[in-house]
Amino acid sequence: MGQLLAYGTYIPHYRLGRTAIAAALQSGGGRGSRAVASFDEDSTSMAVEAARQAGRRSDIRPLATYLATTSPAYLDKTNACVVNAALGLDSAAFAMDVAAAVRGGLGALMAAHDAPRPTLAVLSDLRGGLPGSADERDGGDAAAAFLFGAGPGIAEVVAVSSASEEFLDRWRLPAQPASRIWEDRFGESVYLPLAHAALTDALKQAGVGAQDIQHAVITGTNRRAVARFAREAGFTEVTSDDALGIGNAGTAQVGLLLADVLDRAGPDELVAVTLLADGATTLLLRTTPALIARRAASPGATVRDQAAAGDDGLPYLTYLTWRGLLTREPPRRPDLDPPAAPPSYRNETWKYRLVASQCDACGTRHLPPSRSCVSCGQVDRMSAVPMADERATVTTFAVDNLAYTPSPPLVAVVLDFDGGGRLRCQLADADPGSVAVGDRVEMTFRRMATARGIHNYFWKARPVPEAKRS
Amino acid sequence: MASRGIRDKVAIVGMSCTQFGEHWDLSVDDLLLDAAGQALASAGVRKDDVDAFWLGTTGSGIAGLALSKPLKIAYKPVSRLENMCATGSDALRNACYAVASGAVDVAMAIGVEKLKDSGFSGLVVPAVASDGTDSTYDLSAPAMFSLITPAYSAKYGVPADELKEVMTRIAWKNHRNGAHNSRAQFRKEVSRAAIAASPLVAGQLGVMDCSGVSDGSAAAIVVPADHAHRYCERPLYVKALTLVAGPGQGLIDPSYDFTSFPEAVASAQDAYRQAGITDPRAELAMAEVHDCFTPTELVLMEDLGFAERGKGWSEVLAGAFDLDGDLPVNPDGGLKAFGHPVGASGLRMIFECWLQLRGEAPEDRRIGAEQVRRGLALTHNLGGQPGECVSFVSIVGTDPSA
Repeated sequence: MGQLLAYGTYIPHYRLGRTAIAAALQSGGGRGSRAVASFDEDSTSMAVEAARQAGRRSDIRPLATYLATTSPAYLDKTNACVVNAALGLDSAAFAMDVAAAVRGGLGALMAAHDAPRPTLAVLSDLRGGLPGSADERDGGDAAAAFLFGAGPGIAEVVAVSSASEEFLDRWRLPAQPASRIWEDRFGESVYLPLAHAALTDALKQAGVGAQDIQHAVITGTNRRAVARFAREAGFTEVTSDDALGIGNAGTAQVGLLLADVLDRAGPDELVAVTLLADGATTLLLRTTPALIARRAASPGATVRDQAAAGDDGLPYLTYLTWRGLLTREPPRRPDLDPPAAPPSYRNETWKYRLVASQCDACGTRHLPPSRSCVSCGQVDRMSAVPMADERATVTTFAVDNLAYTPSPPLVAVVLDFDGGGRLRCQLADADPGSVAVGDRVEMTFRRMATARGIHNYFWKARPVPEAKRS
Repeated sequence: MASRGIRDKVAIVGMSCTQFGEHWDLSVDDLLLDAAGQALASAGVRKDDVDAFWLGTTGSGIAGLALSKPLKIAYKPVSRLENMCATGSDALRNACYAVASGAVDVAMAIGVEKLKDSGFSGLVVPAVASDGTDSTYDLSAPAMFSLITPAYSAKYGVPADELKEVMTRIAWKNHRNGAHNSRAQFRKEVSRAAIAASPLVAGQLGVMDCSGVSDGSAAAIVVPADHAHRYCERPLYVKALTLVAGPGQGLIDPSYDFTSFPEAVASAQDAYRQAGITDPRAELAMAEVHDCFTPTELVLMEDLGFAERGKGWSEVLAGAFDLDGDLPVNPDGGLKAFGHPVGASGLRMIFECWLQLRGEAPEDRRIGAEQVRRGLALTHNLGGQPGECVSFVSIVGTDPSA
């Protein structure tokens, strides 16, 4: 049984304004916006970004990774292996996907807590529905990561209680674009007793009452049941469904809301997390004094910072295109070649972790890593240098209207890293019209493209968030 | 260790160049037969008189068989080589070296490319199986070369709109020259307004800043210099040949600033040394340079020593490289107007030197008499992209040195 050691979240840059849906379809929509994974992101790439933030907040290296999602990038193949590769975990570290159901998010978190070794649970999801649906409007895309291990941690789990039933509330056949729900009043009637049972039992285990809970998180697959339980449970403060204004990120939602509470909770406070998904589960956590110290010592964007930093201007038709719901004329260029398996395997530390080589003799950095030095000619006198967390400045750039990309135009930048080294790569999450020499950027893990059924993961640059705001 | 060159050891005694363009009705074999036949006729030799052949093509055929089969060359040495856009130049270089070494007496260098059978408007480069991380496979060629313009503007304080005028003037000049070239893909003058307003392809580059994608072939017959007059009255003597491949430093080393091709500088300096040229701007009659995109020609004016660093743009605007300028550059229209059938382009450049230095260029696009009297012409051919490329420079002349 481990303690919670660190957490991290990732909310993609783009937001779909709900009025944009209404404007396009003359119906539906609503207020606010939802987070949308860019065309170069998927559940795996977002999981990597959330896991990177968690990793920066703890020195403990996980020995297992559980990746939970309802939108796995691959079936059959373990997507969590990409997370391990991007974090540079030892090959002794286990990797496993918990894929299919929304409940798997909290399940992965509980399994990481139960594990006898440092274990990372990464919850990552893309949620949507058919055009004009409530799920399209209310869904969201995001990821959250939680590292459990031997304490002292920032929170400990003091009680867990579940109640499960077999009933039809929300479901989806494999390969279908949207889930279906039974009449929500039916689900509500089944969920409520289960939710009360799980909460009551958890409170009893901990010897506390609902009024002793400083922070409650309630979310789930049935909005109506979630809203009613939030009213009935007797908590003084509830963080629920769209508290972050980014939509419900499915498997990741419970993690995002928990992370939001941890961003603001005090020491020795009780947090009750209840998920309504094919039953009810309540997790009771108690924060430790280390939470405050660890937060201060490892500052990073809070969940609300990430939620607030998005770009609200995503056109609805672009969203539909990215989701594969609108087939557009492709560029008149040859089909892309997929990455080949053997070179991807040989170059794993470069491709997945952006590890360069630095000449021991003269210090020149080589991206991609090279055995021979371009400056002094020495061969095989190189040391590995991880570059993913280093910032860089744009030296020159090109907005490429001709290149093949799922979302034209492609923006190419030549970067010079602060500590040395140059890379020419693509710029993500940027307005092509506002790129300039001297822009500050950081690296982000993306799915470059998919060709012949193979995803090509690699790194892009993106504008440094602080620089964007100023 | 030395780069001695083969100054005045070999001569070009016959040349040909097909019409460049969209040859929907001609195959690679047709283009090769036409170019080879015309080059042989130009030198007054028969196919059987040629001892060895070098075929340059980037993707329109593989192995010597791509030439021996259409020409029915029987049991002779035929090499096929590829060096990106410098392929045709490298074919010539190898043919010249074979003759200079004494291994053969008569060699043919021939380049060909059939780009218009791919169905795509730009260049299609076959990819090597990779880990999917090399941005060379992501970016279009114009985007790679457009990386020059923000860097040039920032370094020399040339505002983007003024640099665009410079680029436009280069395209305008090359189209103007090409308008008088019957072999060129594009044979019409284009107004500066139309060039400047063409749809953006990448960065500041519009469609009209890009070279023509075309089909074509060109060939040369090379013999020992002291045999030259057996074949032709006015041979072209090879003064210098250089080819350098860069280590790819520009995409690794932050000291590279995207306002120069170090490979072009190195190949030019070696060529000037081989040819004994100290002031290229004053000594050269003309130059054919690799204007794949307009910023390339701008930067090359500085790399080849035709203009001072940071001054190339103002020299372009002043007309220094116009047909009637101080040093005419791309009098045949260049890649821009003549078209760029990759494997043929290096030999096409030599073909223009062949015409101009020997007084065979049509009157309406002839370089000045004063320039012709200088007697030396340069070709520059580049393959790759800013940061990592191969660069070729040749210097040819009408007079053998004493």
